[in-house]
Amino acid sequence: MKIADFVDKPQRLTSGHRLCAGCPEAIIARQVLLATDKPVVVANATGCFEVSTTVYPYTAWAVPWIHTAFENAAATVAGVESAYRVLKRTGKVTEDIRFVTFGGDGGTYDIGLQALSGAVERGHNFLYVCFNNEAYMNTGIQRSGATSLGAQTTTCPAGTCIPGKKEFPKDLTRIIIAHDIPYAAQASPHNWKDLITKAQKGFEVEGPAFINTISPCPRGWRYDSADSIQIAKLAVETCVWPLYEFENGEYELTAESKRIAEGKKEKKPVIDYLKTQGRFRHLLKEEWTPVIEDIQKNLDERWERLLKLVSL
Amino acid sequence: MELMAVNGDTAIAYAWKQVNPDVVAAYPITPQTIIVEAFSDYVADGEVDTEYVCSESEHSAMTICIGASAAGARCATATASAGLALMWEMLYVAASMRTPLVMAVANRALSGPINIHCDHSDSMGARDSGWVQLYGENVQEAYDQSIMAFRIAEHPDIQLPVMTGLDGFIITHAIENLQALPDDVVKDFVGEFKPKYPLLDVKNPVTMGPFDNFDWYFEHKYQQVEAMNRVPKVVNQVFDDFEKISGRRYNVVEPYMTDDADYVVMAIGSTAGTLKAAVDELRAEGMKAGSVKLRMFRPFPEKEILEVLDGKKAVAVMDRAISFGSSGPVFPEVRSAMLDAKDAPRVVNYIYGLGGRDVPPADIKNVFRQLAAGESEKINFMGVRV
Repeated sequence: MKIADFVDKPQRLTSGHRLCAGCPEAIIARQVLLATDKPVVVANATGCFEVSTTVYPYTAWAVPWIHTAFENAAATVAGVESAYRVLKRTGKVTEDIRFVTFGGDGGTYDIGLQALSGAVERGHNFLYVCFNNEAYMNTGIQRSGATSLGAQTTTCPAGTCIPGKKEFPKDLTRIIIAHDIPYAAQASPHNWKDLITKAQKGFEVEGPAFINTISPCPRGWRYDSADSIQIAKLAVETCVWPLYEFENGEYELTAESKRIAEGKKEKKPVIDYLKTQGRFRHLLKEEWTPVIEDIQKNLDERWERLLKLVSL
Repeated sequence: MELMAVNGDTAIAYAWKQVNPDVVAAYPITPQTIIVEAFSDYVADGEVDTEYVCSESEHSAMTICIGASAAGARCATATASAGLALMWEMLYVAASMRTPLVMAVANRALSGPINIHCDHSDSMGARDSGWVQLYGENVQEAYDQSIMAFRIAEHPDIQLPVMTGLDGFIITHAIENLQALPDDVVKDFVGEFKPKYPLLDVKNPVTMGPFDNFDWYFEHKYQQVEAMNRVPKVVNQVFDDFEKISGRRYNVVEPYMTDDADYVVMAIGSTAGTLKAAVDELRAEGMKAGSVKLRMFRPFPEKEILEVLDGKKAVAVMDRAISFGSSGPVFPEVRSAMLDAKDAPRVVNYIYGLGGRDVPPADIKNVFRQLAAGESEKINFMGVRV
């Protein structure tokens, strides 16, 4: 796979959308959409990506696109894919179409989990991509089930008694894997090759596929817009966001995470990652040092657990 | 025609089998459950081409139907009570996205306290969601309306979802005679679904359900208003066409013995049948009684109501639902229509039958007698222990 192979491919998400400068959601979506040459239909949950790419009467989409509501992107695509199954069977549709869904962490980890679980359990043939920016960014940075412990949001602010979010994030990727889904993965936009390879697998597997992507948010995470990709990379290097996949019932580490596990690459301390973002700035005060220690301990435990799953 | 003995739910499943929709997505809820059970039998036996999706909730059932309809499939679903309430958000999306869905609603009370029996608080609560609403009186009408609903919803001038109400248990579970149409007659009647801008037309991509700001939202809502305004004409065309294949005449407002009546009672659904029996008995006793069945609640047939009720001495509107702090939902609509009458009768409201409370003919006759005696309050609660 060479990047030159992709430059001439048609743009399915065109420029001119209204996402914030530095938002990786468009980067992730374009990487995902480069992973198949088949016609695609896109379903979207309500959120930043939906409101910024489809402000009526404009659209940034050069492929069929549908949005119905916030908590039901997986059900929406399940409906579209069900129509495809029957119309294909009765000869009314002849193309070989792929279906992809984009949703943020709020619409996936929290309110949309039921619809996603139902669609995966029923085995609809689609790829679900979660943009995990670890909070409700579209409504102005509120806590979600994906928000990191210690992070500040407008509904879990850092105060004198409470240092931001009190709970560790939900491990959604493993929840989805527990459905015995044919393909699931975690990916990051900084490693386009890894992400596109995973999306290719997701598109071609028979049945549902799920890719959880880290999607740093300059507004919500409080850093310079130019740093998104660097911060996504740091998330992987500190094992905040391990890159791995679950295929044919087996876990496999990929890219930097694989190299860290093999001792070929340094596992950086989480502080390197925390200090790049304003949402964690308060933790750098001495009084909250135990919180950073808690985060490091939790990350280490999660990483060790993942290593065991990989070697099983 | 084939004469069958079936309950209302089974009659709807049978109508759907004959229509053979592309996608049915549903979740089981009493008293709708028999519809999805009976229909899944047809799917299991290969009697339909339908992709049947057993969704994990009613919210997803409605969503799946919207997605499938947008994709270009003919879709149907069914629900009741709390299930309809859970679909609430998506009812509006279905109407605004102009997905011509057909949904049977087995009318049932809403919690709490939990109650599984008939009233109209579920579909009346969906009054403003932009769906066309039809109500049937018996098993035959549940079947007939299920077929006609596809033609109304999918008409190029309409493209709106249609809800067909049938009273929970009273119609859903009661076994009655059904004159079923032959399969090919139903197939010809509903025709082929021709979606306007199907999502699966990948060569002509469309963006469906975009973000609408204050610069366009109001215009899109007005387009829904215009579509609703076109419904009565299309509904009457469909009723005319249906009469030709079935011999059964439908109207949005169906009067019974009203021409010379002094006192008229009107209702929706199965109670309209009880009303006719009461009118017969009162006529035998010499009272000039009449009744009106309201078949279509949205859009509201104001003109027809006005024509039927103008010049009567008194009218009672029976509501099997209540808007707390106001009245029953049908009552203010009828009163409002009568403001344009030259010779308007007094119009009063009777709230009745909540949570499946029985509605015997004697109680209905009492409504007529109270009307005639001028004893009715503006809002009355039939048979309630206070």
